[in-house]
Amino acid sequence: MSEDDIDQIAEAVIERVGDRGEAAVSVQSGTSDLTRFANSFIHQNVAERRVQVALEVAFDNRVASASIDRTDDDSLDRLVERTVHAARLHPADTDWPGLVGPTPVPESLNWDEAVANASPEDRAHRVAEFVAAGPGMLSAGFYDTEAYEVVYANSNEHHVRGRFTRTTLDGIQQTDSSAGKGHATSVRWADIDGAAVGRAAAELATMSRDPGTLEPGEYQVVLAPGCAATIMIFLAFYGFNAKAAIEGQSFFEEGVEQFDPAISLIDDGTDPRAIGLLFDNQGVPKQRNTLIDAGVSRSLSHDRRTAPKLDTTSTGNAVPGSASFGPVATDLFLEAGLVSQQDMIAATERGVLVTEFNYCRILDPKTQVVTGLTRNGTFLVENGRISRPVSNLRFTQSFVDALGPGNVLAVGGDDRFAQNEFGDGTTHVPSLHLASWNFTGNAQG
Amino acid sequence: MSGAYSWMMFDLATAAVEGALAAGATYADARAMITREERIDCLNTVVEALDQTENAGVGVRALVGSSWGFYATSETTDKAARIAGGRASQIAKASATVPGPAIELADVIVSEAHWENEIDEDPFSIPLSTKADLLVAATAEMVETDGVSLARGELGFFRTEKYFVSSQGHRISQTIVESGGGLSATAVGESETQRRSYPQAFGQYETAGFEAIRRFDLTGNASRIAGESVQLLAAPQCPQVTTDLILGSSQLALQIHESVGHAIELDRILGWEAAFAGTSFLDLNDLGSLQYGSPLMNITADATLPGALGSFGFDDEGTPAQRVDIVTEGVWVGVLTGRDSAAIAGLPPGGMVRGDGYNRLPMVRMTNVGLLPGEASIDEIISETRDGVFMSENRSWSIDDRRLNFQFGCELGYEVKNGKVGRMVRNPTYTGITPQFWGSLDMLASESEVTYWGTPNCGKGQPMQVGHTGHPAAPARFRDVRIGVRG
Repeated sequence: MSEDDIDQIAEAVIERVGDRGEAAVSVQSGTSDLTRFANSFIHQNVAERRVQVALEVAFDNRVASASIDRTDDDSLDRLVERTVHAARLHPADTDWPGLVGPTPVPESLNWDEAVANASPEDRAHRVAEFVAAGPGMLSAGFYDTEAYEVVYANSNEHHVRGRFTRTTLDGIQQTDSSAGKGHATSVRWADIDGAAVGRAAAELATMSRDPGTLEPGEYQVVLAPGCAATIMIFLAFYGFNAKAAIEGQSFFEEGVEQFDPAISLIDDGTDPRAIGLLFDNQGVPKQRNTLIDAGVSRSLSHDRRTAPKLDTTSTGNAVPGSASFGPVATDLFLEAGLVSQQDMIAATERGVLVTEFNYCRILDPKTQVVTGLTRNGTFLVENGRISRPVSNLRFTQSFVDALGPGNVLAVGGDDRFAQNEFGDGTTHVPSLHLASWNFTGNAQG
Repeated sequence: MSGAYSWMMFDLATAAVEGALAAGATYADARAMITREERIDCLNTVVEALDQTENAGVGVRALVGSSWGFYATSETTDKAARIAGGRASQIAKASATVPGPAIELADVIVSEAHWENEIDEDPFSIPLSTKADLLVAATAEMVETDGVSLARGELGFFRTEKYFVSSQGHRISQTIVESGGGLSATAVGESETQRRSYPQAFGQYETAGFEAIRRFDLTGNASRIAGESVQLLAAPQCPQVTTDLILGSSQLALQIHESVGHAIELDRILGWEAAFAGTSFLDLNDLGSLQYGSPLMNITADATLPGALGSFGFDDEGTPAQRVDIVTEGVWVGVLTGRDSAAIAGLPPGGMVRGDGYNRLPMVRMTNVGLLPGEASIDEIISETRDGVFMSENRSWSIDDRRLNFQFGCELGYEVKNGKVGRMVRNPTYTGITPQFWGSLDMLASESEVTYWGTPNCGKGQPMQVGHTGHPAAPARFRDVRIGVRG
């Protein structure tokens, strides 16, 4: 389906609503392909071609939304009539912000034809490179490609379109007693080196063979980018989410030094490294928004529903579902430092190197106390070097406190896209060296 | 659904299977599906979201050598379905670049059948205004309580029509209607928040019609949970001790889900989910001998329970729904299987493979994995507990990639002293290791206290799939559990 086709579908939907209400439509068309491997062979290999038409209609502040994945006339008729009908029955939504007017959005460069046209054979070759990099090990993971074209249009004469590609190779190499992980995400096919990702995973798996136990307690930690990514997305989702702040569920205090001066966190969909569209789910252009500036909490992520409540403007952070759970930053960049992970280890008298977090869940959004585990390589550091691998540890730790003033000993220069618990391509982060981390359990309980 | 319409959907699935076979698949199956979903979210008497989704399409699975190839399209024409089948085979063939042992499928009865769950009131025929008014009234009741900052209500309804065809001759249609929802009240304090939910955290969902929502009596329970959320802010912290733990049935349902349901998935045991969801501490060599828990522990996976969220007529491989013993008197005896994984393990396929929509590859999924009841009552459990804590309704959950080390937080806790319920405590948490924890089960409530709890948000697979599972459970007691872990 061409860009012109989805433009026409969007306009056809707006036309069908006519003067019966305000209307905003988003049409997304594209491909998602994923090749999955385990026990060192490809066992699941999937692809889908799909179009999704999402419509929001407002009638005297009565708002309803609906979506459908077909574009024939009957289906579009049904989509429009059902949504208009639902809106008329809906109680008034006092937070309905109206529709954004015409606003220019820069042309997206987040597209790579090689990703858009990748074949199952292409993906299989990348997987083969990963698997070959771990001789004698069991490999598992996935390699995926996605390419989408999106149009947002509304009855307030705003019409924007964009497109993006993303590709991710994420996998582990396993020995009989350990595992290590490798990860790479990019807009571009050529940026992914299957062998390099596989070697990184194999190296960690080798290092973490035959882990011993470690007593739980407070330790200094060196957190690899995979851990920092999870911390940042939790801060963004539960803390810098304007709806959470308005509801009193966030730790956020504007202008207060809540974090160490070494921490600067920016949400920037316009960064050349960013992946995805240059406008949000309400058609608002993405922008650079400093969430933490040298330790000081500066700004929240807003959509058009939250912004008026705090006398500000949308920061372009509406996502599907944000009417209920609030706007979310999806292009997070933690400003890198100059220190290498090796230097962090060298500066640690006794601590723990953690390469990845697993299954993190928040106990209370206001305190940001989170419990989770380590995975795929955890190491005791003593006297400036890795002394031995240790089995997975459980932690119960406030992410805000962990990054509090005086608690960040160093920020790494190894920033990259790293996987967080919410998805790929949304957090670009370096390693962190933190003064204290509360490990509350190990394999024994 | 009219007969002609059913034929059309079956024809679509058949075309996809024929396309796959023509392109070289040794086996193929396809699901033509129409799904409809409606969700209403309400906060403090304002309906924040009213969203309706309708999807239709065909997903076809083709087997070539050691890999499944899967292709899905939302284009519902004969031509598109045949192309989809061909592409599924092409994708499976591409997997031969990194080959493994050839996949075999365990035998199943080849069925031609129709199944649908019984409902009294079609939730999609209930006016939207009725549903919205219910949530507005319930949240209005909650905000009446001083100190309640956030009064939330949600309703969700699903209607799934599936038309399944396989190259072995299956031809099965199913219509499954699910309904659910719930309330939560949050009190925001100076430094923390406290939440109470009803009927359980994240809502209760069933294979049922709107009658389930009426049965919940949301408005009748709104004021109670609102008051409890405010009381929790002033309650003392849960003590940090090792003591006896009494779990309410909805928290026990999640405990079953995380520390039994996922651990017994055969795809995890075989390493197929190693990189993402993880593996399992269970080893097939120990099937039939491993002591999973105390003799009181009897777990079944039963997809035939009327009304439970994990019930259906046939799974997405055409295998009939059935009841399978998982743990008997504390001994591990069964797993959750699909046709491919069952063949590897030499076990009969249990009919436990489902996909999240037409565009997702079906995978091993829990059905209704539940704990069979004991003979006690919650009153007896409390009266026989000298020193312990009662916890109910989940607030946080985390477990490691082998399903051994878990930590749960609950919304509500009460001290139990000398056989009586004592003070309310806030931030109750507990942690443990799976077999030791289940080994400490020593009292279990009876059939009359069993609830078929539903979990509508079970994530697994890549691309991520959200599964609907059921977990029958009654209140139970566990001895010497570490509680009160906090950051």
